[in-house]
Amino acid sequence: MPTVHSVLPTLAPLIPEIILSVGVMVLILYGAFRGERSVEGVNVGALILLLLALFVVVSQAPGIKVTTLSGAFIQDSFAKVMKALVLLGSAAAILLSRDYFQRERIDRFEYPILIVLSTIGMMVMVSANDLIALYLGLELQSLAAYVIASFHRDDLKSTEAGLKYFVLGALSSGMLLYGSSLIYGFTGTVSFPGIVSVLNENAGFGIVLGIVFVAAGVAFKMSAVPFHMWTPDVYEGSPTPVTAFFASAPKMAAVAMTVRVFIGALPDVTAIWQQIIVFISIASMALGSFAAIGQRNIKRLMAYSSIGNIGYALIGLASGSEEGIRGVVIYMIIYLAMTLGAFAIILSMRRRNEMFETIEDLSGLSRTHPWMAFCLAMMMFSLAGIPPLAGFFAKFYVFAAAIKAGLVVLAVIGVVTSVVGAYYYLRVVRIMYFDEPKAPYEAMPIGSLVVLTLSSIVVILFWLLPAPLVGAAGAAAKSLF
Amino acid sequence: MIGLSHYLTVAAILFTLGVLGIFINRKNVIVILMSVELILLAVNINLVAFSTHLNDITGQVFALFVLTVAAAEAAIGLAILVVFFRNRGSIAVEDVSMMKG
Repeated sequence: MPTVHSVLPTLAPLIPEIILSVGVMVLILYGAFRGERSVEGVNVGALILLLLALFVVVSQAPGIKVTTLSGAFIQDSFAKVMKALVLLGSAAAILLSRDYFQRERIDRFEYPILIVLSTIGMMVMVSANDLIALYLGLELQSLAAYVIASFHRDDLKSTEAGLKYFVLGALSSGMLLYGSSLIYGFTGTVSFPGIVSVLNENAGFGIVLGIVFVAAGVAFKMSAVPFHMWTPDVYEGSPTPVTAFFASAPKMAAVAMTVRVFIGALPDVTAIWQQIIVFISIASMALGSFAAIGQRNIKRLMAYSSIGNIGYALIGLASGSEEGIRGVVIYMIIYLAMTLGAFAIILSMRRRNEMFETIEDLSGLSRTHPWMAFCLAMMMFSLAGIPPLAGFFAKFYVFAAAIKAGLVVLAVIGVVTSVVGAYYYLRVVRIMYFDEPKAPYEAMPIGSLVVLTLSSIVVILFWLLPAPLVGAAGAAAKSLF
Repeated sequence: MIGLSHYLTVAAILFTLGVLGIFINRKNVIVILMSVELILLAVNINLVAFSTHLNDITGQVFALFVLTVAAAEAAIGLAILVVFFRNRGSIAVEDVSMMKG
């Protein structure tokens, strides 16, 4: 007769998720009872919850690797780093949203709650160690994201963005699930270690089909080509703070999930998925560089930029080595800083209660707002991969890993597309510094200022002290092999 | 004798119908929601068939989770559709086109 104690799973690795889940339920009740007067309190509460969870995640002992819930949930260094990134992205999404939502009069308490719910989903995705946990985390993240995409519910663009995101997201979940069902059927297990022990190099047709469907599903969530078509529309239509959120935290989780599936569950069938990842990577880099050239809306530009950046990050995964995964993690850390910094500035383009979203609206920013222009120029130089800014090192680590793994052609294509991409990033800088200035924008709200300062420090000063970030990424990659 | 492959074939046909329903359909967003359900149910047929074939309960547990999530997904999809209809006055697929992508 087992005691109750032995039946209960170990809950210690789940503490950050439990904090968020219980906390968000308290916040929902608080919001429901106080109504619209609770907005400020719920926002502060959600921010505190996210920072508390971040503190717990970061203070977990280094080098541990525990599974719980019958092996469905794993806590290791990789999960630790990626969860920290996810939590930082979500906290930034709340900080960036305050001023915007108040001025647009859509300041409701549901937004921070949905962000926290989505964050719980992302953390489960990052820590998933079987297909069921992966699916549930993914759906929790996506369902909350569909709602916040259409958060501006009286605005046609926002609701259209939500509808498109929903339809295509549901399709992608369906494909991921169909792939999962095939993998389950042909291996007889859903757990990642179980799949590893069953699979060998000569996998059957069913397995290959399953891997292809799973790859399509995760590519959708990462917005990688050929499943990127929702990205520009959703980024343009959603309220700008929501776009900043979509471009940051869910990307981290989607990439982490992809690494978990391919490195964690399918390491012995590299030959099957490597060509898929190489193709997705090349197509994303090329589309991200060429399609962005003609864009006038800066949110669409950032959408294509994010597609391209996913392509670069996938170079690391394609090499399939520990070094490659380290490159992916470094890339995601730096990408998070660059994106959030750029969006902090996009959210400050406001004059007399009107938001400006085209690239031309940045003209002459260097004379009206020299610091803002300088920071955005640094973000753009970094996205273009110009040394000594952080973006250069991000690309350097993935390219180096690809060359070491013998994927020289992939690395060369990466360099070529980043040169093409530099054209449109530098065009933004040219417009800011050499075109005629327009009327100045209003002062930057405090939340954006905090996010911009922190991300600028990471982007500009990364080369001075790369060791902590690179070391953390190295430990994360090591825990997967 | 009806075996595993028959169930897999049915599921594959339903899945394909669902995907085609999303892409070919030019009429109505409700039809897209129905197609999404069709995809998820095809997956469930797969899972339950594999579960019976492998004599392993995990597949059926997975199928129950999928059913639960599908219900939540349908609720959210319909809610977004209602909000969209209020703004646009139509739920025809060709009217979901303010932004070109």
